[in-house]
Amino acid sequence: MKLSFNDPRFRSLVYQAAAIVSALAFGAYLVSNTLANLEERRIASGFAFLAREAGFAIGETTLIAYSAADSYLRALTVGLANTLRVSLIGIFAATVLGTLIGLARLSHNWLLARLAAAYVEFIRNVPLLVQLFLWYVLITENLPGSRGALEPLPGWYLSNRGIHFPVPEPHPAYAWMLGAFVAGTVAAIGCAWCGRRRQARTGRRPPVLEIALACVLVPPALAYFAGGAPTALSVPQLTGFNFTGGMTLTPEFAALGAGLVIYTAAFIAEIVRAGVLAIPYGQFEAAFALGLRRPLAMRLVVLPQALRVIVPPLTNQYLNLTKNSSLAVAIGYPDIVSIANTAMNQTGQSIEGIAIIMAVYLTISLSISAFMNWYNARIALRGG
Amino acid sequence: MAAERIGTLSLQPAVGPVAWLRSNLFSGWLNTIITLAIVYALWHAIPAFIDWAFVNAIWQTPDSKACRAAAGEGACWAFVAEKHRFILFGTYPFEHHWRPAIACAILVALWAVSALRAFWRWWLILVWAAGLAVIGTLMWGGVLGLDFVENERWGGLILTLLLTTFGIAAAFPLSVAIALGRRSTMPVIQGLCVGFIELIRGVPLISLLFMASVMLPLFLPAGVTIDKLLRAQIALVLFAAAYLAEVIRGGLQAIPAGQYEAADALGLSYWRKTLLVVLPQALRISIPPIVNSVIAFFKDTSLVLIIGLFDLLSTIKVSLNEPAWTGFGLEAYLFAALVYFTFCFAMSRYSQNLERTLARAEEGKRR
Repeated sequence: MKLSFNDPRFRSLVYQAAAIVSALAFGAYLVSNTLANLEERRIASGFAFLAREAGFAIGETTLIAYSAADSYLRALTVGLANTLRVSLIGIFAATVLGTLIGLARLSHNWLLARLAAAYVEFIRNVPLLVQLFLWYVLITENLPGSRGALEPLPGWYLSNRGIHFPVPEPHPAYAWMLGAFVAGTVAAIGCAWCGRRRQARTGRRPPVLEIALACVLVPPALAYFAGGAPTALSVPQLTGFNFTGGMTLTPEFAALGAGLVIYTAAFIAEIVRAGVLAIPYGQFEAAFALGLRRPLAMRLVVLPQALRVIVPPLTNQYLNLTKNSSLAVAIGYPDIVSIANTAMNQTGQSIEGIAIIMAVYLTISLSISAFMNWYNARIALRGG
Repeated sequence: MAAERIGTLSLQPAVGPVAWLRSNLFSGWLNTIITLAIVYALWHAIPAFIDWAFVNAIWQTPDSKACRAAAGEGACWAFVAEKHRFILFGTYPFEHHWRPAIACAILVALWAVSALRAFWRWWLILVWAAGLAVIGTLMWGGVLGLDFVENERWGGLILTLLLTTFGIAAAFPLSVAIALGRRSTMPVIQGLCVGFIELIRGVPLISLLFMASVMLPLFLPAGVTIDKLLRAQIALVLFAAAYLAEVIRGGLQAIPAGQYEAADALGLSYWRKTLLVVLPQALRISIPPIVNSVIAFFKDTSLVLIIGLFDLLSTIKVSLNEPAWTGFGLEAYLFAALVYFTFCFAMSRYSQNLERTLARAEEGKRR
């Protein structure tokens, strides 16, 4: 290498060194300013505040017990659990709804296709925050109070206090069912693996789907009956001004969930539609010509190809949904952002609070994208 | 299924309304059930909605009494009629509302002119500079006999439009630089750009806005302060730049390697290659997805509500706090949805048209 600016390698080294130096200098400048400012405002930095008593109540503590006397750390954990709860339920529901709407847009039924198209156009062009506010006021201002609650199904109540519905009374049989379900799922995966091996060896395809379904469904059913087949339901009852018993979805959770699902479903619908349209109709015809019936042609020929188109943008939508769940702070659902915000206002530890929020979301984002990359690599074309 | 479809196609060519109905709404029992179910649902929903939104609606009332009387039966559009000045212009001095009104009109006109391909010329930049200068003069005032209005008092629709315009205008050059950096062969430059993009795209916009509103003041040397509006704008610019950079990277990757090689063969330097060969083609391909990003960004500016800026959504929300008008949130947010929808739908239609036109031009070139 010549030490001359005409040598591209030398030039590139100089540029990169300059980039590192200026990035570091900029960072050092910000850090020194920040330290000076913190000193001036007498704010002690550090995460020691996490152990202190939070002193504020949280409306949703479904997953983790919490009271105002608990520490900030525990409050933030509750917030994280709430974020994950609404995101996971939202991702599942948005995928189902989005797929249905995407397929509806492709339907031969003119009315259905137009309706689905109108849904997508309208939902995509209105900010999510506006939609969240709409759902929230719809529930809190336009639904009747507890006494006049709507009862769309027996035992289900809609009121401005949220959505109340019956759930089974706790019983040991349910724990056994869960165990049986996990064991059955493991057996089903093993069975699918064996089936693939057998098919590769003999060319015959064993009835894998049927066996796997039986593995997943039969053991929990047996456990249910073995456990004494409990049928007791906890039904919401109006006592005084509010409902007790059953399960309650707060207006905040219901509005946030509905908003996220309906908004994201519109985007997922477009992805599914594009994925199916990307498969030439000849693939169907070729599968029929090989003697496959429609469900098999769909499962073995069309879907694997469509998924390859669908999965990468779908990952983005899952990430978007998770990040958008941070809008919860606007309608008062206690997610991680909302609780970190409260903690920042109470303690003045804004840098730590924002660092926690960012670390949480970066971790979630990177794990979802790592999982989806793994899945994508699994279904990608082999051997290029 | 396929055989059936081919059969119906060949036997009954779809002519006439009856044939159209049979092939599009009543082909098979499943489709018939779906059609009937949808017709039944719409039959119930549409008249009820029209009754609520138009027939029984209250359009004008000095106070909210008439609205309260009609609650549940008719919409209270009188809320919007009564509050429209505050919703559109926020806390801008009342007697000067004509200034943001004209500024809005100029801004929308600038966007519309820039949308027409006939005006994609270099002097469009001058038109924009002139337009923005006029808008700045109108909004701030302080010259030509206009009273000075500090930007703490700007609000409503003009704030939403300005945040979008300046956000995109500042983010665009930044995003081109970052996209080029991400495609660079120098590992350090590439790493810095990838780090920036992944960091910004990995966290929600709210956290960036929080960061701008509480952490940015700490970053500045003692004695330097910047106002809330500018802080939010900086966060929005960084956010938009990361997303636009990925869009532009898509355009850069779509350029065939032969173009790079040809430019190298001509002996062009990196910057000449980039500016004369690569970027003109890459940006052209990226225009439709850039418009889509602009739509998303326009919607995202509504988040400044959370850090207490008075954009369009925020003024609507604040109007609802007035005791006389609490409880009409449904009407208020439907109005907000309508305004956002109008802007976004126009942009998305434009983007679809542009995509078609550009694709056709591309095909013509290849032939």
